[in-house]
Amino acid sequence: MSSERELFRTDDSLVQTETRDARMTGQGDRFNSKLREAFGSSPFILTKFDKFMNWVRGSSMFMLQFGIACCSIEMMHTYAVKHDLDRFHAGVPRASPRQADVMIVPGTIVSKFAPRMKRVYDQMPEPKFVVGMGSCTISGGPFQEGYNVVKGAEEVIPVDIHVPGCPPRPEALVYGVAKLQERIANGESSPVTVKPYELEQFGDLERDEIVDELASEIDEEDLVMRYNWADSP
Amino acid sequence: MSLQEESETPEIESGETELEALLDDLIVDRDDHMNAPAFVIRPDTVQETLGRLKEEAGYDHLSLVTAEEYPDRFESIYHLKKFDDPTDEVSIVVPTDSENPVSESAEPVFRTADWHEREAYDLVGIEYDDHPDLRRILLPETWQGHPMGLDYDQDRPQMVPLRENANPLQEDQRAESDSDTMFVNIGPHHPATHGVLHLETTLDGEQVVDVEPDIGYLHRNEEQMAQNGTYRHQIMPYPDRWDYISAGLLNEWAYARAAEDLADIEVPEYAQIIRTMGAELCRIAAHMLAVGTFALDIYGDFTAIFMYAIRDREEVQNILEDLTGQRLMFNYFRLGGVVWDLPEPREEFFESIREFVDGLPDRLEEYHDLITGNEILQMRTVGTGILPEEVAKNYGATGPVARGSGIDYDIRRDDPYGYYDELDWEVPVEDGCDNFSRLLVRLREVEESAKIIEQCVDLLEDWPEDERNIQANVPRTLRPEDDKEIYRTVEGAKGELGVYIRSDGTEKPGRFKIRSPCFSNLQTLPEMSNGEYIPDMIAALGSLDIVLGEVDR
Ligand code: SF4
Repeated sequence: MSSERELFRTDDSLVQTETRDARMTGQGDRFNSKLREAFGSSPFILTKFDKFMNWVRGSSMFMLQFGIACCSIEMMHTYAVKHDLDRFHAGVPRASPRQADVMIVPGTIVSKFAPRMKRVYDQMPEPKFVVGMGSCTISGGPFQEGYNVVKGAEEVIPVDIHVPGCPPRPEALVYGVAKLQERIANGESSPVTVKPYELEQFGDLERDEIVDELASEIDEEDLVMRYNWADSP
Repeated sequence: MSLQEESETPEIESGETELEALLDDLIVDRDDHMNAPAFVIRPDTVQETLGRLKEEAGYDHLSLVTAEEYPDRFESIYHLKKFDDPTDEVSIVVPTDSENPVSESAEPVFRTADWHEREAYDLVGIEYDDHPDLRRILLPETWQGHPMGLDYDQDRPQMVPLRENANPLQEDQRAESDSDTMFVNIGPHHPATHGVLHLETTLDGEQVVDVEPDIGYLHRNEEQMAQNGTYRHQIMPYPDRWDYISAGLLNEWAYARAAEDLADIEVPEYAQIIRTMGAELCRIAAHMLAVGTFALDIYGDFTAIFMYAIRDREEVQNILEDLTGQRLMFNYFRLGGVVWDLPEPREEFFESIREFVDGLPDRLEEYHDLITGNEILQMRTVGTGILPEEVAKNYGATGPVARGSGIDYDIRRDDPYGYYDELDWEVPVEDGCDNFSRLLVRLREVEESAKIIEQCVDLLEDWPEDERNIQANVPRTLRPEDDKEIYRTVEGAKGELGVYIRSDGTEKPGRFKIRSPCFSNLQTLPEMSNGEYIPDMIAALGSLDIVLGEVDR
C-alpha cells in the first residue's frame, strides 16, 4: 500500500527547475538574451537585402557528401558526434551535387578522378563554395612527386579555403568552415578563373603528338582533360 | 622472429626436393627469395606449373603477382602459399624478353590472377596470353606508357576523357540487343561505394546481371613513392595511407616486417608488445567503421549505429593519439622498434586503455542488440551475398571475408609475428558464407582484439623499468645487399597485407610491391551479387569492407 502511494507521489521540489522558474516569473537571463537587449523594445532590424542574403547563406550551408581519400575519414568525424559540424550551421551532407552549396574536397585527386570532380562541381548550383581539405588538395601532398596525382584541387576548380594538414584535425576543418562562413557573410568568394586543367572538347585541342596518337580512340565531341605534367608546380 | 625462421628452415628444405621433382621438366633455373624457394620457368608453361602446384602440392593461395622490368627482361613473380599453412611458400618467376613481353596468363588456374595481371600490364607493360580481358585497370584507358617501366617519362602530357564509360542517358542501352537489360553506373561519386569506386552494373529489372568494378580513381602511385624513399625513414609514413581507416599501425607493420627481415633487424620484445597493442587498437577502430558504414548501407542508419561507431572510434583515436601523437596517420613504427615509449604518466595511459577495454563488452552487447539482433538487418544479410569457400580461395580472399566463408586463415596465428604467439586469443570463423557472417566475424574480432590489448597492458605494466628498450640499434642508413628479394605478409584490418621488396644495393628499394587484401577481396563482388537484387549487391559491397586507398594504392 505504502509503496504504491510512493509511486504516484509528486514532489514539486524535484520537478521544478530553474528554467521553469524563469519561464513562470519571466526573470531568468536565458530569456533576456543579448540579442533582445540590442534590439531594445523594437523587434525590427534594418539591413540591405544583399547583406541579409549573405548572412543567411553563410548560416545555412548544405555540404556535398563527397569522400575521396584519407581526409574523408576525418571529415566523417567532423560531421559525427563530438565535433558535430551541425552546430555551426553546416552539417547537412547532401548526396546530390544539385542540392549542395559547399564542396569539401577531402583527399588526393588523381588523373582519372579530376574530370569527374570537375563535373560534380559544375553540377552544383550557384553560388557555390569549395573547401580544400588536406595537403593533397593544396599541392598533391605526400604524393606530389607521383606520376598520377594532380598537384592540388586548385588546378581543376576554384578553391575558397585551404585547410592544411595531413589529415587536418576535425577542429581545423571546423575552423576552415567557420572562416568560409565569415567570407560568405562578407560577400566574398574566390574568383572563377580558367584553370590549368579544364574539360575541353577533343576536337578543339591543338594537334600535337598525343592528340594524334589518341585520335582513333576518342571522339571529336568527347570532353577531355589534358594534363601537362611538365608545367605543374 | 629469427627463432621462428630457424625452426622452419628444415621443413621447407624437405619440401623443396619434392617440389623440384614435381616440376622437374618445367624448371629452368633457381632464384631463391628470402621467404621462399623460387623456381624460374618458361613463359609458356605458367598454367602447367601453377596447375601442378595447386592440384598436386596444395598451393591453393595465389597471394600476389609482382611484375618488374629489368634492363634486359621483364619478370612476373607468382607468390604462392597454402591456406592451411601460409609459412609454406613458393615463388614462380617468369622472365620474358624485353622486346616482346608476352607471358601465359595464370587466370585459368587462379581467378585472382585476372586483376593482378591487368595491373601488371597497366603499370609495367607485360602482356598476358590467354587472359580474358587484358585492359588497363588503375590508369585511364587512354594513358600513354607504363609508369613502373624503366623508360617512362613522367613529364609527358596525358589525356583523360570524361565519357570513358557508357552513359545510359546518351544511347539507349536496351536497343543494343533484344534483351531487357539496362546499364547503370554506380559511382565514382556515390555514398554507397565507400569512396571513389565505380561499378558498371547491368540490370534486368531490379536484378543484377553483371557488375564490374572499375577502380583506379584513387591510384596514388604508392609503389612509386615507396621506391623513391629511403628504407630507414622515408617509407614509413606512406603505409598509413594505404588503408586509411585508422588501420595505420597494421599497415606500418607490413612494411616493417618485410624490411626488418630483409635487413636482418631484431626488434626488442618490449617494442613488440607495444606494437601488438597499438595494432589491435587500430583493428578495433577499423572494424568499428566497417560495422557503422555497413549499417548505413543496409538501412540508412545514420543516427544511431553510425554515431555509436564513431563515438567508439573517437575513444580509440584518443588513446592512439596519446601513444603516437596523431589521430590517423601515426607514423609510429620505426625499423627495429617504435619511435617513442608509452606516454607519461604511464598509469594514466594504462587506465584510459583499461577503461575503454572494460567498457567494450557492454558496447558490443549494444551493437549486437542494434545490429545482429535486428530483424531487418537479418532479413537483408542472412543468405545474401553468398561466397562459397572454394570460390573465396580461388579469388585469394583473406581476412574477415575469408573467415566469414569458413576459411580458418589468420596470419597472426599461422605465420606469427610480433607478440601474438605468446598471447591467448582465438580466430573467429563463421561458415555462413553470407553478408551476416562477415559482419559477425568483425564484431567477434573486436572482442578478440580487446583480449589481446588487455594482456599487452598487463605485460607492459609489469615490465621492469630498465628493460624498456623501444628500438634496436639500427644503422642510420640501411643498404641491404644487392638483389635480395623478400615477400612478407601481416594480418591487416582487411586481410593479408603484404609487401614485396627487391633491394638493389642502394638505400632505396629497387622494387616495392604492395599486396592489398581489398584488391583481391573486391574481385569477388560479381560472384556474390550476380543474380541478386541491387540492394543485396550494395550489402555485399558493404560487407567486403573495402577501402579505396588500398584497392588502388
Ligand atoms: S592530405 Fe594526407 S590525409 Fe589527406 S588525403 Fe592527402 S594523404 Fe590523405
